[in-house]
Amino acid sequence: MTQFSSNDVTGWLNNMQEQLQSLTVADDPFFMIGIRTGGVDVGRHLHSALDLQEPLGQLNISFYRDDFSKMGLHPVVGPSQVPVSVEGRHIVLVDDVLSSGRTVRAAMNEIFDFGRPSRITLAVLVQRTGHELPIRADVVGHSIDVPDSDHVSLHAQSMTVSVGRKAK
Amino acid sequence: MRRSDPQFNQFNKLHHFLSIDGLDKATLTHILDTAEGFTSVNDKSIKNVPLLRGKTVANLFFENSTRTRTAFELAAKRLSADILNIDLVSSSTKKGESLLDTLRVLESLQSDMFVVRHSDSGAADFIARHVAPTINVINGGDGQHAHPTQAMLDMFTIRRHKGAFEDLTVVIIGDIKHSRVARSGIAALVTLGAKEVRVAGPQTLMPADVESLGVSVYRDIDKALIDADVVMGLRLQNERMTSATIPSTGEFFKTYGLTPERMRLAKPDAILMHPGPTNRGVEIEASVADGEQSVILQQVTYGIAVRMAVMSIIMGHGEEVREAEMNQA
Repeated sequence: MTQFSSNDVTGWLNNMQEQLQSLTVADDPFFMIGIRTGGVDVGRHLHSALDLQEPLGQLNISFYRDDFSKMGLHPVVGPSQVPVSVEGRHIVLVDDVLSSGRTVRAAMNEIFDFGRPSRITLAVLVQRTGHELPIRADVVGHSIDVPDSDHVSLHAQSMTVSVGRKAK
Repeated sequence: MRRSDPQFNQFNKLHHFLSIDGLDKATLTHILDTAEGFTSVNDKSIKNVPLLRGKTVANLFFENSTRTRTAFELAAKRLSADILNIDLVSSSTKKGESLLDTLRVLESLQSDMFVVRHSDSGAADFIARHVAPTINVINGGDGQHAHPTQAMLDMFTIRRHKGAFEDLTVVIIGDIKHSRVARSGIAALVTLGAKEVRVAGPQTLMPADVESLGVSVYRDIDKALIDADVVMGLRLQNERMTSATIPSTGEFFKTYGLTPERMRLAKPDAILMHPGPTNRGVEIEASVADGEQSVILQQVTYGIAVRMAVMSIIMGHGEEVREAEMNQA
């Protein structure tokens, strides 16, 4: 089990902040949406650091997952909240860990049910190996090369990240 | 206990939704929490979610009900399922085909879920015990027995407007005896830990075993209403009454009708609920049904999210059952 401290994670968040600042255009501000729950935790930090004016959107992708017939309904983590129209907007989609890419695919499907954005930028705290879809992040806090059997998880309260064997 | 309960499959997961009886507080709360997630689908320009894409839901209505059928139909469509509406009131069951023959035919049409509405108590239970193991059954109301999705949408409405059940006094008024809505509602309120559940109505419209359900029984509606947080009216079910159990509807209104004066006995912020359709001037005055305290129309709206929750929870275990079947074969 590898543990990354909150100092490490703060450094990764700063990386993301810098990359996002370079994306900021005065006449076309982006609208940030976090994927519940980890992406919302990361999104909150970035949202306040970048001093964004619009509220942080939140997506609950439980109803868009592609593993429903195998796994059933995932724990429901509160409703999606997208208080601003996404039509024609630049969306920054935030998640904690990008692995298979299936969560991001589900999130994009959901975003398109709210409207047609002009562009979606994917920002993740950790991009790990194990992709199953052609989805990569545009903004990355930190990249990790780990075996498929390992699990990377963000602990929101302490803002630390652990890498280790999947819990059975 | 659960092993013999037809609502659970061999993995102890909720597989059919037939009755509130036998479900614990955690299960009911899980349904309410899931429904909460589905309320946000109305915020989207495309109101469907892809969860049940490729599944087929058959509405088997052996008894007429436009509201319930429409609510299930819309819930299934919002979940991207295909829906078959099968009107069995005027169909082959009249031509002498047995219920089991009808079931076999519907199974052959590759349905994944049956929503059953029937005038006989226990019909949904019977069907659940006899369908193929991969098919899920929801009770959309059976005789005087149960109407569990109505109970859950009522609980959802109460929780949305009033919060924690532990602090609430709920009064159910009218024809308790013939009402599956009342039976299921009482079971859900007791399981969820409501402070007090009161029932009020004429003795002829009270079930014989009513006290055993965990409620306080009132003959005097005015006393029952004092300090209530939630007032639930019920429809006077003329079609289920076999003999004269009340003198007249006018008399019933005088003694048990919900009037603005009576509503003032409840707490000032009390909500008024009714499963519909309302008989105005029989169990409820129009000004109360349409008044500020009325949440009757919200109940209808919440009914969609609650039915989406129930459908997606019980349909989520299909693969497990199919795999177990394959292994046995």
